[in-house]
Amino acid sequence: MPRPQTHPDPASSRTALHRLLLAVAMLCAVRGAQAQDTPLLSGGVAFFSNTNGGNTSYLPLIEPLIAAPLGPRLLVESRSYLFESISPTHGPSGGYTHSFFAGLSYLQADYTVSPHLTVAGGSYLIPFGTYNERLSPVWVSNFQDGPIISSLGIMSTGTGTGAMVRGSAISKARYSVDYAAFFSSRVGNQYFASQRASGGRLSLYLPTQRLEVGLSYDRLLQGTHENFYGAHVWWEPKDTGFRLRSEFARGHHAQGYWIEADYRAQRFGGPESLVGRLEPVFRIQQSFRRDTIVSDGLPSANTQRADFGLDYNLPHNTRILTSYSRQFASTGNTNIWETGIVYRFLFPAWKGR
Amino acid sequence: MSKPVLLTLVCMATAFGLPPASPTRQAANAHLSPAQAVNAQAPDSQPANARAATHSAEGSGNEGEAIFKQQCSRCHNAPDGFSPRISGTVLRHMRVRASLSRHDEQELLRFLNP
Repeated sequence: MPRPQTHPDPASSRTALHRLLLAVAMLCAVRGAQAQDTPLLSGGVAFFSNTNGGNTSYLPLIEPLIAAPLGPRLLVESRSYLFESISPTHGPSGGYTHSFFAGLSYLQADYTVSPHLTVAGGSYLIPFGTYNERLSPVWVSNFQDGPIISSLGIMSTGTGTGAMVRGSAISKARYSVDYAAFFSSRVGNQYFASQRASGGRLSLYLPTQRLEVGLSYDRLLQGTHENFYGAHVWWEPKDTGFRLRSEFARGHHAQGYWIEADYRAQRFGGPESLVGRLEPVFRIQQSFRRDTIVSDGLPSANTQRADFGLDYNLPHNTRILTSYSRQFASTGNTNIWETGIVYRFLFPAWKGR
Repeated sequence: MSKPVLLTLVCMATAFGLPPASPTRQAANAHLSPAQAVNAQAPDSQPANARAATHSAEGSGNEGEAIFKQQCSRCHNAPDGFSPRISGTVLRHMRVRASLSRHDEQELLRFLNP
């Protein structure tokens, strides 16, 4: 399940919708784009259910993404989320309550300065580790839930407001190095809420081995200044359909890691066969408290969790995600059952010839 | 039967019964997206609906395909198909998101528009 970055009230959510419509209108204003550079609409539509400790909640969700080139060097892109959270009430009357949420995940402009340097400005996803930038879209992730430690290093909201430089520093046949560095200012507006912080990420990729390793660091520059450290290792052996992803993060008050493995069973009858569409997924994760200050979104007690998932890749960019998780903590052990279906869309912003 | 299980079954039945979604229709009406070609040709990519498609066997095409498998499939499944009119925008978006080099971007664009 995507982690909402803010929880505005319904009235504020309407304002978010207005902003989204404004972004779409801006997108429509660049209809003079070239043949391959037509602005696009993409994103995911999902319906999730989650049964945690016997309580079942439902989450219909849409995550639209727009990207609009403005000339040869400038790209404006944005992703937002709209969802309805339907959860059981615990009063004597029982039943369900529901709340609507909407907001922007990011809204940024990317300017290509050189082949090795892109400057991004606006509200952007903080480049710490891999989950926030690469795996958080609903149509990408293998599980509904993000890792337990996904809130470490992303400064509460996951979003920075300011500037970021990034790009491919070195790109050779045998290895490549990419980087990202950011500075974010403190913004109180709930739609662009961010904290004053700076940091970055450096990654090395070995194409022959299909191995990526990276380090992340950022520092909170307001209140009690805190450092966050991260490391990630991704490995995808060639021609196997197997992927291994892992990440470690350490914050001022807690630390933890997750390791996720998935296997696309397309060896058995090809990717279009009934079996070939199956994708078993497994994730193990642990979080450890370093002190009793719970300000980072991690559980208040040391937690271990094993997630067993089985995804099914339907035709037409549709996936079914199912999983069972067992979570162990001194505060109580729980079973978590999750099921959902996700449809990914991707098309030009307007009809062309 | 519990509600989550029942809802999942309903969703599955709905998904199986759906007509082809708009991106696929666009691809069928315009060109078959080369992303589908890589799905069909790449045993280790993550296609949801690979189709057979002719694709240039030139060196640059193969390089673009290799880059697709190395860079794109690392994070996500290949889209089922999309209009060639947005291939440049997709790459500009992913160039930032995945820190693609200029060479990778050009090879991928050539691969997506043979």
